[in-house]
Amino acid sequence: MSHDHAHSHDHPHGSDLSPVEARVRALESLLTEKGYIDPAALDTLVDLYENKVGPHAGARVVARAWVDPAYRVRLLSDATRAIAELGIGGRGGEHMVVVANTPETHNLVVCTLCSCYPWPVLGLPPIWYKAPPYRARAVIDPRGVLAEFGVSIPESTRITVWDSTAETRYMVLPMRPANTEGFSEEALAALVTRDAMIGTGLPDSMPPTAPEMPL
Amino acid sequence: MNGAQDLGGAHGFGPVVPEPNEPVFHAEWERRVFAMAMAMGYTGAWNLDGSRATRESLPPAQYLASSYYEIWLAALEKHVAAAGLATPDELAAGHALEPSKPVMRVLAHDGLEARFRAGFPSSREPAAAARFAVGDPVIARNVHPTGHTRLPRYVRGRRGRVERVDGTFVFPDTNAYGAGENPTWLYTVSFTAQELWGPSGDPGGTVTVAAFEPYLEPA
Repeated sequence: MSHDHAHSHDHPHGSDLSPVEARVRALESLLTEKGYIDPAALDTLVDLYENKVGPHAGARVVARAWVDPAYRVRLLSDATRAIAELGIGGRGGEHMVVVANTPETHNLVVCTLCSCYPWPVLGLPPIWYKAPPYRARAVIDPRGVLAEFGVSIPESTRITVWDSTAETRYMVLPMRPANTEGFSEEALAALVTRDAMIGTGLPDSMPPTAPEMPL
Repeated sequence: MNGAQDLGGAHGFGPVVPEPNEPVFHAEWERRVFAMAMAMGYTGAWNLDGSRATRESLPPAQYLASSYYEIWLAALEKHVAAAGLATPDELAAGHALEPSKPVMRVLAHDGLEARFRAGFPSSREPAAAARFAVGDPVIARNVHPTGHTRLPRYVRGRRGRVERVDGTFVFPDTNAYGAGENPTWLYTVSFTAQELWGPSGDPGGTVTVAAFEPYLEPA
């Protein structure tokens, strides 16, 4: 799109824009013309957070913790540093805390005040995480919320909800699924869903008959 | 502020509705709003806390009726005007009518990924000793500041326990308004679900918040 095009509000194509699209285009044109932003940098930012940063990074962290007990200890005591060992970090994850699910405790992460979420390990949050229903209910009715995700936690398992009210960002370390003995780190990472790292899901399970050593 | 953003414990919003195979962005304009918000934050004309303060200062009816990136867009327009970076006439026109105002820096394509993968820590050196220690019983102050705060309403006046001393961080309540970073101790504080919600609280359940020292008093 040429510079001139962006400014041609009377261009016939302008009428195809919705009101919000027109506002966004006007704002970007204005901020660019003023020299406050560089559209090429915006493209790079979008590419970074749409295509490069995402829950595959968090899955690597979880899989490492499942296979390496010493790493697990480091992860639970200084998550930011342990995650950086894998070359992962950055904006929205400068101050990480990882909380481990156990048979006694299930952890659930929310941001009731806005949308705080551990970007470097999970990417940008899904709409439901940022929307009022989840933000309102995760703290007052966590079991009801989990039920809506199809997750049933035994009555005997206590639920701890982590409300991200400062720059601390939380990631859940789920329990390693049964029947995954001998799995490679890569095969384990493939079982780790985004929701399992928020606490609204569990890792994919493996049937007892699963092959012992998948690729 | 006791605004529409402070949603913890609210009723009536219905079920959580996850979208299967949800894309990161749902429209091209969302991509541009996301990136513009990041890039304008980088100019130093305002900070992350200021962005949050502006978003939550939208009228409650507008906030709740807007999509996430519509909130970002409205706050971005408001912030650009409030910071004197552009006039309302320029925003309406979509092009410059007056000279630019200098900004501290402009986010360039070169080095951008490394910069964002390094992050922008908000931890700072402490100016004083921490007032509370792990295990201390505390009460979240029953305060209702009209400006930006990160103490949600649902814990105010409630008794909790310090679980971790997180360190000292930029204090959002002042930083949001350019009134200084004021490095402040931050604590992870747990509350039982029944302390927060009464008998209807999940038995055995716990909710933790990250609370700055001025939000707390000894129990």
